[in-house]
Amino acid sequence: MATISRPVAGEIVQPRRSAGLWSDAFGRLRKNKLALVGLFLVITLLLTGLFGPIIAPWPYDYQDLEAVFAGTGGPLPPLTAGHILGTDQLGRDLLSRLLDGARISVSVALVVQLVIITIGVPIGAIAGWFGARLDNILMRFTDVIYAFPDLLFIILLSVAFRDTAVGQAMDGLLLVFVAIGLTSWVTVARLVRGQMLALKETEFVEAARAIGVRDRRIVMRHLLPNGMGPIIVAITLGIPSAILAEATLAYIGIGVQPPRASWGSLVAEGQKYVRSEPHLVVFPAIAIALALIGFTFLGDGLRDALDPKLKGKQ
Amino acid sequence: MTTTVETTPTPRVTDQKVLVQVDDLKIHFPIRSGIFKTVKGTVKAVDGVSFDVRRGETLGLVGESGCGKSTIGRAMIRLREPTAGTVAFDGVDLGSLSSDALRKMRRRMQIIFQDPYGSLDPRMTVGSTVSEPIETHGLAAGQAKRDRVAELLTLVGLDPAYVNRYPHEFSGGQRQRIGVARALAVEPEFIVCDEPISALDVSIQAQVLNLLTDLRSRLGLTYLFVAHDLSVVKHISDRVAVMYLGKVVEIGPPDQLYAAPGHPYTRALLSAVPVPDPTAERKRKRVILQGDVPSPVNPPPGCRFHTRCWLYERLGQPEECRTVDPPLVAISGEHQAACHFAEESVKSDVGVAHMEERSIRHGTPTKALESLAGDAARGNGNQGDPLQTPGGAMEALAASLGAHLPSPGAPVADLGAPGSSAGVPGPDPEAPNVDPQPPAPGTRPS
Amino acid sequence: MQQEPVSTEDVPTVIDLSPDEARREHQEQMARQEAERKDGALLQVRGLSTHFNTPDGVVQAVDDVSFEVGFGETLGLVGESGCGKSVTALSIARLVPDPPGRIVAGEIMFDGIDVLKLDSDEMRKLRGKEIGFIFQDPLTSLNPTLTIGYQIAESIREHMGLSQKAASDRVVDLLGKVGIPRARDRLDDYPFQFSGGMRQRVMIAIALSCDPKLILADEPTTALDVTIQAQILELIQTLSEEFHTAVLLITHDLGIAAGMCDRVNVMYAGEIVETGTVDELFANPQMPYAWGLLDSLPRIDDVRGERLRTIEGLPPLLINPADACRFSPRCAYARDICREQGAQLTSRGSEAHLARCWATEPEGWIS
Ligand SMILES: Nc1ncnc2c1ncn2[C@@H]1O[C@H](COP(=O)(O)OP(=O)(O)OP(=O)(O)O)[C@@H](O)[C@H]1O
Ligand SMILES: Nc1ncnc2c1ncn2[C@@H]1O[C@H](COP(=O)(O)OP(=O)(O)OP(=O)(O)O)[C@@H](O)[C@H]1O
Ligand code: SF4
Ligand code: SF4
Ligand SMILES: [Mg+2]
Ligand SMILES: [Mg+2]
Repeated sequence: MATISRPVAGEIVQPRRSAGLWSDAFGRLRKNKLALVGLFLVITLLLTGLFGPIIAPWPYDYQDLEAVFAGTGGPLPPLTAGHILGTDQLGRDLLSRLLDGARISVSVALVVQLVIITIGVPIGAIAGWFGARLDNILMRFTDVIYAFPDLLFIILLSVAFRDTAVGQAMDGLLLVFVAIGLTSWVTVARLVRGQMLALKETEFVEAARAIGVRDRRIVMRHLLPNGMGPIIVAITLGIPSAILAEATLAYIGIGVQPPRASWGSLVAEGQKYVRSEPHLVVFPAIAIALALIGFTFLGDGLRDALDPKLKGKQ
Repeated sequence: MTTTVETTPTPRVTDQKVLVQVDDLKIHFPIRSGIFKTVKGTVKAVDGVSFDVRRGETLGLVGESGCGKSTIGRAMIRLREPTAGTVAFDGVDLGSLSSDALRKMRRRMQIIFQDPYGSLDPRMTVGSTVSEPIETHGLAAGQAKRDRVAELLTLVGLDPAYVNRYPHEFSGGQRQRIGVARALAVEPEFIVCDEPISALDVSIQAQVLNLLTDLRSRLGLTYLFVAHDLSVVKHISDRVAVMYLGKVVEIGPPDQLYAAPGHPYTRALLSAVPVPDPTAERKRKRVILQGDVPSPVNPPPGCRFHTRCWLYERLGQPEECRTVDPPLVAISGEHQAACHFAEESVKSDVGVAHMEERSIRHGTPTKALESLAGDAARGNGNQGDPLQTPGGAMEALAASLGAHLPSPGAPVADLGAPGSSAGVPGPDPEAPNVDPQPPAPGTRPS
Repeated sequence: MQQEPVSTEDVPTVIDLSPDEARREHQEQMARQEAERKDGALLQVRGLSTHFNTPDGVVQAVDDVSFEVGFGETLGLVGESGCGKSVTALSIARLVPDPPGRIVAGEIMFDGIDVLKLDSDEMRKLRGKEIGFIFQDPLTSLNPTLTIGYQIAESIREHMGLSQKAASDRVVDLLGKVGIPRARDRLDDYPFQFSGGMRQRVMIAIALSCDPKLILADEPTTALDVTIQAQILELIQTLSEEFHTAVLLITHDLGIAAGMCDRVNVMYAGEIVETGTVDELFANPQMPYAWGLLDSLPRIDDVRGERLRTIEGLPPLLINPADACRFSPRCAYARDICREQGAQLTSRGSEAHLARCWATEPEGWIS
């Protein structure tokens, strides 16, 4: 016999307007302080990414040599007139460079997740829905991708395609981002597959089949919306690792080319002066940390908000 | 106003034509394990079952958990592929249909599930759930579709104003009604009811049961009614089939099957059903089956029931039972049982002793009904002809329903039997327009 | 599961744990209880109120509930889901989750002990030893990571101070008693290796492990098949007869109550609305909610095709109930007085038969 489920407390229908699951989820999200902090940080990051260069006091590659020579000849410390966060050894305003770097961090977040969604979700959905042979083949393929060393893959890819149109786009950054995406869709594919497998057996899907709804429509209308919660969360939580991956790559010299800088390459450069001029490392590091914290808090909050099992608990 | 408590059972129209024919159906599930997913055995969930469901009839299907009831039900509407055997719907072998033809056929057969929570998509509003079948089969669009959804909701006793709500905003009984509305949306002829009331509270069970009975007589529906509760099955069925471990062991009209069961298992099941009457409970003779159901992976040889059969023990463990699988044979008329010693079982009085003298049904006392007599006249107008045409007359039906409803909240429960409406209080006009639902148990002990 | 009143010859009165000792112990116990019985009930619950603090307000889950359970008696507690049956049992065992729950008023006397005055250590002792609890859900009440043998022995060792060996022997005896074959071989099995029915038997074995005087059985068979249910109910019944254990049997199945219980309490919305011996209650119910419950059951001895009468409407929220009959919004017989003032539990004919309804009071409109 199946388990006997009964309504839970407070579920009695009151004549009120329907809220809907998503607005319910948003309601729960709003009650979660940490998630709100995360949301705020993420929005700030997105806005900086969009408008950063416009509000930046200087162009990112402008060398304020006058100021540098007027000073000690080395990087200017924070709170210098005109350069709130100071400059680097070439007199480039750190705040402006951070604001420009935000653009790179935002695009890495978007491009990588876009790649993950376009590859991981369909592969997972197809494997999970059709099962059997196709599932086996697709899952072995993902295993192979998973086992392949990421860094090697990215380096190979950026070398191989350096001279193509894609390789040139966004100063070569697009290629790196796509490469990062190509190494990280596997987790999402597996997650989607798991969701599909679980949802496929539910009675509401069986009901849809009994009605004669076509497979494609069942997947689009029933499976994906219901599996969306964990997928969205995984994607949100995947963004920090993409930002981190970009930073790592920049640190070893793949990706952003000077004079542009991402937050990762700022840390890499500043590291040379870390003893005398710690601000060159500290500020980019803080920026990275804030972005990571923002996405992690938001992802955690989304997970809780979208998990119906946590309904009612606050 | 006569205050009859007992209503004469409405004569049910069953023409003798077979609607669904199940022939030697077998459904085996492979058990796979290990990294290479090799087959380690098979679960013989359904193992050679044949029966018919006639048009307009309700066939009850009972048996212990895991005996294959749901699997048969699903196979009958081709949600499971049979391993062997056929299911023919209105003369057409479902296995021979192309996927497009099958999809068209699905309009004629539907299913209602046990779990009112799992069977509705939590992300879809009631409106989209009920309109999905309408869209899938292109039955209506635009305003016509919306009207039809409203009509269906009214039909199952829900306020059409609820279309934009999500399943989690409803009680168990209401959700079950939504499931019924979805099944009815394609105007089916045949509905598999897979334990539709098992998960509901007693008083709500009665409402859903009444709803199903009313719809059946109004729309001329044919049901396969799966349940594990013999009293519920008896209440609603024209014929009853008893299953044990993947096989039908007894089938027949309830009056005969319940009064003189030909299979010892049926007697054991009957004697296990508690009767809400202390006197009857004390009087009856019972057998308590020992042990659990054997595994369907390795069913016992010969008669599958012999490992738990009291008659086998009583007869001194005849060898026949261990070696020969008894076929279904007629006991009398339509009543068939699969037991080598069916006539012994028929003669015994195990399990059913209490049936002989039908105890008085206690519940609302007559004096209370009399005190209500004054009010009763009000709700007493709806004994119009049961509509027999499936689907076509739905509009008329919904309209006629609407006319009799004091409020859309609790309508269908009041349909049909005129005598009984005396006992059904009209819904309180102040009460929120909702289905009765128990307030929730919160945390359970664990 | 009641059979013909069982004469002592039919039932082995001996517990075959270690026969002589058990027989002596049992006879002593019987004699002791015989004496005690004259003094009154094993369990007396008076004016029990248990409330839960929730974001929406205070849920008065159990409100001024009083009843008694005699030595060796089986008392049924029936009612719709959410009416407070489990909370009543949890309150007696002081297992109400706190917070959010709290016993706000009342007195619970168990065998002369004021349960609500015990500290948590004393309570734990009482709970394992004198009061056994069979929970509603057999699947979640056993720890999946511990063996069956360990889980039963745990409580025996704690409460009876037996050695490892003696405890393990007793576990085997208990498992045999609750009908688990080859018990010794199964001590090292984990709960997942047992079927639902077997797990429920293990729960019963744990509840019985220290010869309790009272078993609180919260819907012990709700998740089981009818055949397994019959086995478990028979088991509870024979054991309670053998050990002379009192049982508070919670169920929503009136059939089970009819077969198992000596007396029955009907609960509605946190209150007892009717109480009486099974025969009184089933033959002559005295309030509309009890009528409705009986009416809405399809019965195996019914004439086919009869319509069922149903109880329309919705049980009230248990937050700030008004001073009115709590059933009045759903009651077809309600009059003004019902909505203005709650009725009291008053006698209907016999001393044991009480009902809470204005209409069936001697001067009421249905009497
Ligand atoms: N998809 C499946 N894969 C493997 N085994 C299955 C599957 N579906 C059902 N079974 C097995 O087939 C047997 C019959 O299952 P079925 O669900 O038909 O039983 P049932 O009679 O409906 O039981 P219940 O009363 O518990 O619903 C069971 O042993 C079950 O474990
Ligand atoms: N932990 C809790 N927090 C809040 N309310 C609770 C809690 N536990 C129980 N309640 C409330 O107490 C009331 C009674 O619950 P209880 O579990 O006793 O019901 P029940 O009669 O046992 O129902 P069921 O038949 O479903 O087990 C319910 O309205 C429930 O909402
Ligand atoms: S054939 Fe034998 S074992 Fe099977 S049911 Fe009949 S008597 Fe019992
Ligand atoms: S007191 Fe009034 S409302 Fe309450 S049950 Fe009796 S008649 Fe109905
Ligand atoms: Mg089933
Ligand atoms: Mg409970």
